[in-house]
Amino acid sequence: MPAVSKGDGMRGLAVFISDIRNCKSKEAEIKRINKELANIRSKFKGDKALDGYSKKKYVCKLLFIFLLGHDIDFGHMEAVNLLSSNKYTEKQIGYLFISVLVNSNSDLIRLINNAIKNDLGSRNPTFMNLALHCIANVGSREMAEAFASEIPRILVAGDTMDSVKQSAALCLLRLNRTSPDLVPMGEWTARVVHLLNDQHLGVVTAATSLITTLAQKSPDDFKTAISLAVTRLSRIVTSACIDLQDYTYYFVAAPWLSVKLLRLLQCYPPPEDAALRSRLTECLETILNKAQEPPKSKKVQHSNAKNAVLFEAISLIIHHDSEPTLLVRACNQLGQFLQHRETNLRYLALESMCTLASSEFSHEAVKTHMETVINALKTERDVSVRQRAVDLLYAMCDRSNSKQIVAEMLSYLETADYSIREEIVLKVAILAEKYAVDYTWYVDTILNLIRIAGDYVSEEVWYRVIQIVINRDDVQGYAAKTVFEALQAPACHENLVKVGGYILGEFGNLIAGDSRSSPLVQFNLLHSKFHLCSVPTRALLLSAYIKFINLFPEVKGTIQDVLRSDSQLRNADVELQQRAVEYLRLSCIASTDILATVLEEMPPFPERESSILAKLKKKKGSMNVPDIDDSKKNMNGNGNVEHNNNNEPNEVTTKVYVRITAKQNCFEPGFKHCQSRGLAHIFSKIVPGFTYVKLKC
Amino acid sequence: MQFMLLFSRQGKLRLQKWYVPLSDKEKKKITRELVQTVLARKPKMCSFLEWRDLKIVYKRYASLYFCCAIEGQDNELITLEIIHRYVELLDKYFGSVCELDVIFNFEKAYFILDEFLLGGEAQETSKKNVLKAIEQADLLQESEDWGSLQSDEIL
Repeated sequence: MPAVSKGDGMRGLAVFISDIRNCKSKEAEIKRINKELANIRSKFKGDKALDGYSKKKYVCKLLFIFLLGHDIDFGHMEAVNLLSSNKYTEKQIGYLFISVLVNSNSDLIRLINNAIKNDLGSRNPTFMNLALHCIANVGSREMAEAFASEIPRILVAGDTMDSVKQSAALCLLRLNRTSPDLVPMGEWTARVVHLLNDQHLGVVTAATSLITTLAQKSPDDFKTAISLAVTRLSRIVTSACIDLQDYTYYFVAAPWLSVKLLRLLQCYPPPEDAALRSRLTECLETILNKAQEPPKSKKVQHSNAKNAVLFEAISLIIHHDSEPTLLVRACNQLGQFLQHRETNLRYLALESMCTLASSEFSHEAVKTHMETVINALKTERDVSVRQRAVDLLYAMCDRSNSKQIVAEMLSYLETADYSIREEIVLKVAILAEKYAVDYTWYVDTILNLIRIAGDYVSEEVWYRVIQIVINRDDVQGYAAKTVFEALQAPACHENLVKVGGYILGEFGNLIAGDSRSSPLVQFNLLHSKFHLCSVPTRALLLSAYIKFINLFPEVKGTIQDVLRSDSQLRNADVELQQRAVEYLRLSCIASTDILATVLEEMPPFPERESSILAKLKKKKGSMNVPDIDDSKKNMNGNGNVEHNNNNEPNEVTTKVYVRITAKQNCFEPGFKHCQSRGLAHIFSKIVPGFTYVKLKC
Repeated sequence: MQFMLLFSRQGKLRLQKWYVPLSDKEKKKITRELVQTVLARKPKMCSFLEWRDLKIVYKRYASLYFCCAIEGQDNELITLEIIHRYVELLDKYFGSVCELDVIFNFEKAYFILDEFLLGGEAQETSKKNVLKAIEQADLLQESEDWGSLQSDEIL
């Protein structure tokens, strides 16, 4: 039942809320709201000065209307007025209003800050708390400017009440988050550390949160907190329930504080002092041991609280990465959770193991769970859990299991949710390249990716496979053959046509000997897909055709006929038309020598950073993407790679070389009328040495 | 914690607490998308999901979804218990809390939340202490309102 009897008394508000709930339609609701807004407006403007109670009621109504989702453009002044009331409830509503409807009017800000200043200086703990809560809730720069130096003083003053200390600590934490430059370190920092020893556990909790945030900004100032934190944690973990009474939660001793202390310790490396380090290790072992004990209660809250502490302890163990026994124990504990009844625990175990996988101490231990994880991928009903399983497989992949893991990921890809396909594609591409010993496997894998999830295979992936094929002589023939076979499929993805077109253009000659893949067959195969493809793909295919003319003079006539057709020469798209015109012309006038020079095989690409890894990191944002260390291929995701039309290095291009020889002095002057950007540009100049002209492929 | 949302099964927002500065427009967008995402989850699914670059922890109590957004390094399980503790506090205060209580006494729900969480962090984890603080405030309110009851206008 609505607790109207709890001294609430704002009956008018309750009636209004009832009215709104009884509205049968959106229009009726808006009508009722507008009526109320008009009423409140007139009351605010009226001659009679409103008493505090009424003001409070109307401000509260405005707040309710705002929270329903409607815009409110008045009432701020009245709310600010409420701040200066002596009555707690009126202040409270005033503060709530201005915390929710933050206003950037500078006069109002000045008034608000004044009211806060008064309440902070009032020595009345309830008023002080209200003011501190407001600052913590709003956390604006203006408030930081006004109060950032005052609050530390309140925090460490001897006569501040516990509840006020708590509020002050978290208020300072908020200000530090939003305006870190305005919260200066000072002599108060040492006294804040000392708060970790406070008797009141609420104060310790708040102080721990604050120190954790500040320690990330200036770790040296808070180094002394480490030993206090370890001591405190140790006391909690070894205490009997009776000791902590109010702070025991479903038979777990101070779980929130324990978790916070463990977080604080993750801001620092393992303690240098041996005694302290061993005390901490003991502590962590105790936590791990407790996980094996029978539960003290069947309630899920008990197990959640207990496991929350356990998972945070494991995070700390992973962060320190220094005690092999602890790491292995952590891994085993997580392994148990992988098969737990509760989905939440399986999810968290998968997530946690991902980080464990990158530690050299525990990497092998993690691998022992591979079958369980693969099974999870196949059987888990919850897509979030399956995604964690994919992440873990990716993290635990190394030379020994790469083929199996890639195969599993490919088979999962066939039925995966569309929302996660792109990420899986990127991961498979990265793994396949990283662990390829035999590049035919790599080529197969990428072609499989295109077949299964072509829409989600981004440019970076297929550029990369082409770069690799170009760079590796040993796989060129295989690539040509495989791509040729794959293109036979009646419905193949456009990305496959792109890859196929490029590879056959470069290496089609390697399979031309076989009558089943003779030049004419290859050309017809490609051309059969031509009309189904988008403009960029067609442009690529045209380039492949001119390369064919160079490779296979016997099909020159056929291809020229195609180029000569109206649909090419008069194509509406400028790029396609230009290519058709120029390639046709080139094929007519260039001698076989020149043609061979111009369309020489692509030279190897220089080794560069993988743009695929960069793209994956960009997708995952701030979430953990386990870094693969093996730098066989210089893979570091440095920044994002721009793909623009200025022929950035990672883009696959057809480089057209012109090496000047005496023969090339015989040019047809007729070329000059073609567009300057095109091939004519090369031929009309005679420049000694090399000249590169790049065409997009 | 970045924010906490309470909403009904029809997607009506009952409480919204933001611990990061965002414009009203952004808040509305986030709320819309997240409410849709959470409501689409099936009953047996786990209580956590990744959304944008945040982790979402949610739990349904009767007709209300409690949904918290935390950062990558935050502890999911303890956040679930933060939600539970908040529900316990509301329950103790209102006596067997239900959605209607949160609707009609929305300002109280915010006050109780502030006593428990501040700046996105738990400040007081003793249930007794939080309830004591709220009771004290209520006592103040009752002593004030004695005089005002006569002058209450219905509208």
